[in-house]
This record gives sequence, structure tokens and C-alpha cells, in this order.
Amino acid sequence: MNFNILIDSCLVIGILTLACLCLATRNLFTAIVLFVSLGLLIAIAWVRLDAPDLAIAEAAIGAGLTGALLLATWRQMRVERAHGDADSPKKSGGENVSNP
Amino acid sequence: MFQTPDFKNNSYENELPFATRVLCAIVIGALGFGLIAALILTENISSSLPALVQQKLTQSGVQNPVTAVLLNFRSYDTLLEIGVLLTVAVAMLPNANFNSDINPDMPGGNRSSGRLVSVVNSAAGNPPLEAFLRWLIPMIIVMAGYMLWTGTALPGGAFQSGALLAGAGVLAQLSGRIQFCFTSTTAKLLLTIGLITFVMVAIGVATTTGVVLQYPLELAAPLILLVESAATLSIAAILLLSYNTLATQVFESPSEHSTFEHSAFDKQPSDVTETSAPNETLQSQTAEDPKS
Amino acid sequence: MTQDSLYIIASVGLFGIGLYGVIAAPHILRKILAINIMSVGVFMLLVTSAKNVNSTPDPVLHAMVLTGIVVAIAGTALALFLAGKIHALSEASDEDSH
Repeated sequence: MNFNILIDSCLVIGILTLACLCLATRNLFTAIVLFVSLGLLIAIAWVRLDAPDLAIAEAAIGAGLTGALLLATWRQMRVERAHGDADSPKKSGGENVSNP
Repeated sequence: MFQTPDFKNNSYENELPFATRVLCAIVIGALGFGLIAALILTENISSSLPALVQQKLTQSGVQNPVTAVLLNFRSYDTLLEIGVLLTVAVAMLPNANFNSDINPDMPGGNRSSGRLVSVVNSAAGNPPLEAFLRWLIPMIIVMAGYMLWTGTALPGGAFQSGALLAGAGVLAQLSGRIQFCFTSTTAKLLLTIGLITFVMVAIGVATTTGVVLQYPLELAAPLILLVESAATLSIAAILLLSYNTLATQVFESPSEHSTFEHSAFDKQPSDVTETSAPNETLQSQTAEDPKS
Repeated sequence: MTQDSLYIIASVGLFGIGLYGVIAAPHILRKILAINIMSVGVFMLLVTSAKNVNSTPDPVLHAMVLTGIVVAIAGTALALFLAGKIHALSEASDEDSH
């Protein structure tokens, strides 16, 4: 089999599987992390499609910054914890690194 | 899809019924197959634009065709895009919270709402992360500058380097030692400098060549670099502001009539009791917690 | 099965998965994730049609996709901010009713 087609088909299968898994998991944190990894696979796909500028931009913006924004909002909404926990005030962004 | 989306619980009890979901999946699958068949069977339309870009590339001032298209041939699109980014920043700016409780006895503490970057000395330290960041953040800044400069000939450009700088800012904020305050004067300058520079360049070249956004041929390269540098700073500031707002937002419930300190955005205490109060400081929240 | 047809399948597949996610997912963050997946599908279709075998790829479409990526993250940021605000207000109204 042609090597290029093999690489491309593995990439496409990985992208579609990650997209399905991202929307099918029950845990929201898992969905966000899968979305970040989907963004990284898409960056590799841009390289395969001869678009290096898009690959750099997708890796930085699409995977990195969107993941950070989503995780910040997820923490703000405190979905996984009980209802009463969500009223405690947030101090600074430094708390993100200590809580899993 | 016609039900109110869940905001609080990640529960699956309000899901659409199984039959509806299967029907949706079948319809979307059928449409998808139709689209795939149509796209694969269609011939690629040969457009005349790539040949045109290759012809005029030497007159554009840069050698990278994507940068030439973004900042010379289709510069109006980029101008409006920076305007869209600024609109989103203005929408999110009032809710960026900044804890301005300054501990004056702590040596080296200089947190105030007049500075863009403040160093927090009282936060719980994370020594490996801080040591790593001391190496990483300067390297990121150098890399962003390199990507801005080399965007004229190689892949790169303003958006990529702006995103890198925003990533460096997110890392700095996550370490807990550094806090950003986007109501300071420096921050407002950084947020708007991209659009202002672009518009001034656009109008300035109109006085020379007669058409808005048409660069004179010998000045094209320096003007593109100038616009790209300003756009990098602006994009980095706007993306960092988005993260800062989402990570530090605190909403006040509409019915609590609380006593709070006057912050930069408050006019009178009665103005903000019916909506969420931005820039709530930490002391006022700890004062209300025993009440709620 | 050429490279173009593989990526066309991937882009339409991503768009379909995203569209199903917007319709069927219950939580608002999942809907925002699904909208982002839809936009990635659209960008992939644009870049696939920009690819030429002989010469350099079409730079106008690349520029459009680059603009699209940046505007997509701006829209996502605004959507997440609004979702957080509605969440806070609905929690406050829940507290009042207790």
C-alpha cells in the first residue's frame, strides 16, 4: 500500500474516532481533554495538506488556547462537584494548578 | 435541540428520547453520504487566483504568499478581523476580576490595579513550575518575535506569534505568581494598538496613492511589518484577556444587597445591585460568606 | 482512494458529528465543543480544495481559514463567557427559591 495513503488513512481514522469519543463520554473533563488532543491531530492534518501556517496557528490557538478557555469555564461552572460548592469565591488563576 | 441546555448538572436525564436521536443520526448520515458523493465526484474547479497571487508576489513586499494575501491583497479582511477580536475583548473586559488586596507588609508585593502585570508574593508557590517558567517564558517571547519576523518569507506571521505570546501569559497566570489587570492604561493601549495602527496605515497610504489600503510599492515591506507587529501585540492581549476573564470571573447574585468596596467601575452602590457586580474584591466576598 | 477523498470524508464526517452533538448533547459545554468540531470540519474542506499537486497551494483559501480559526476562538470565548454568566445567574435564582 502506498505509504502516503497509509499515513493519511490512519490520521483520518484517528480524527473521526476522537471526535466521536469527545462527544460520547459522560465526563466533561474527559471531553475537553479529548478535544485538545483532537486539535493536535488536526494540526498534523494541516501539515499533511501542505498548510504549515495553519498548522502553527491551529496548534497554538485551536488546541492550546481553546483548551485553556474551556477548562477555565469548566472549573467556573464546577460541574462535577456538589451544588453547594460552587459559591465559594475564586481567588486567582493560580488555583487552577493545584486542583486536579 | 429544542430543550433548554443544561447549565448546572451534567446529567443525562433530560436527553432527547432515543428514537429522536436515532432519527437525527440517520438524517445527518444520509446528508453526509450525499455530500461526500457530491464532493468526490465533482471536478476541482481551477481558480485563477493562485496564478494571480504568484504573479504579483514580488510587488507585495513579502515572499510568503499567505502573508501577502493576508496583509496586502486582502488586508481589509484582516482589518475587520482585528475589529471583531476587539469587539469580543470589549464584551469581556468589565468582568475581569482583579484581587487588589495589597498586603503592604509583604516585601516586594506590588499588586495594584494600575499595573498590567503584578507579582504576587503571598501565593502558595509551586517551585518546579516556577523554575520551568523562568526558562520557558523568555524562550516563548523570543520564539514569538522570531515567528513575527520570519513570517515574511517562511510560515509564520502575526496570528501565530500573537497566540504564542498569549500562551506565555496563560502559563504565567497559572503559576499563581503573576496577575494581570486589564483595566490599567498599558492594557488598554495594548488592546487597541492593532486596530489603531492598521486604520492609520490604511488612511495614511490613501493620501499618497489615492486608494485606501493600497501600499506604495517601495514602502510595502516596512508597512506590513509595522502592521503585523501592532497586530501581534493586540491579538496577544485580547486572547490573554479572554482567558483572564474566564478564569477570574466572580458573579454577584442579583438579590444580595452587599456592602462592598468601591472599585474602579462602581459609580454608586445602588447602581449595581440589580445586575452582577464586576470587580468585586476579595474582602467583600469573605465578608458576605457568613451571611449566605 | 486518493488523499483528497480521504480528507473530504474526514471533513464531512467531522461536520456531521458536530451537528449531531449540537442537537443531542445535553450540557452547554458539550454543545460549544460540538460547534468547534463543526468549524474544524469546514476548515478541513477548504484546505483540501486548496491543495494542488503541481504548484503551491492556494493562499487565498489558507488566509480565509486562518481568519476563520481566530474568529472561531473569539466566538468560543464569548460563548463560554455567556454560558458561565447564565450558570451563575441560574444558580443564584435557585438559591433564592430555597
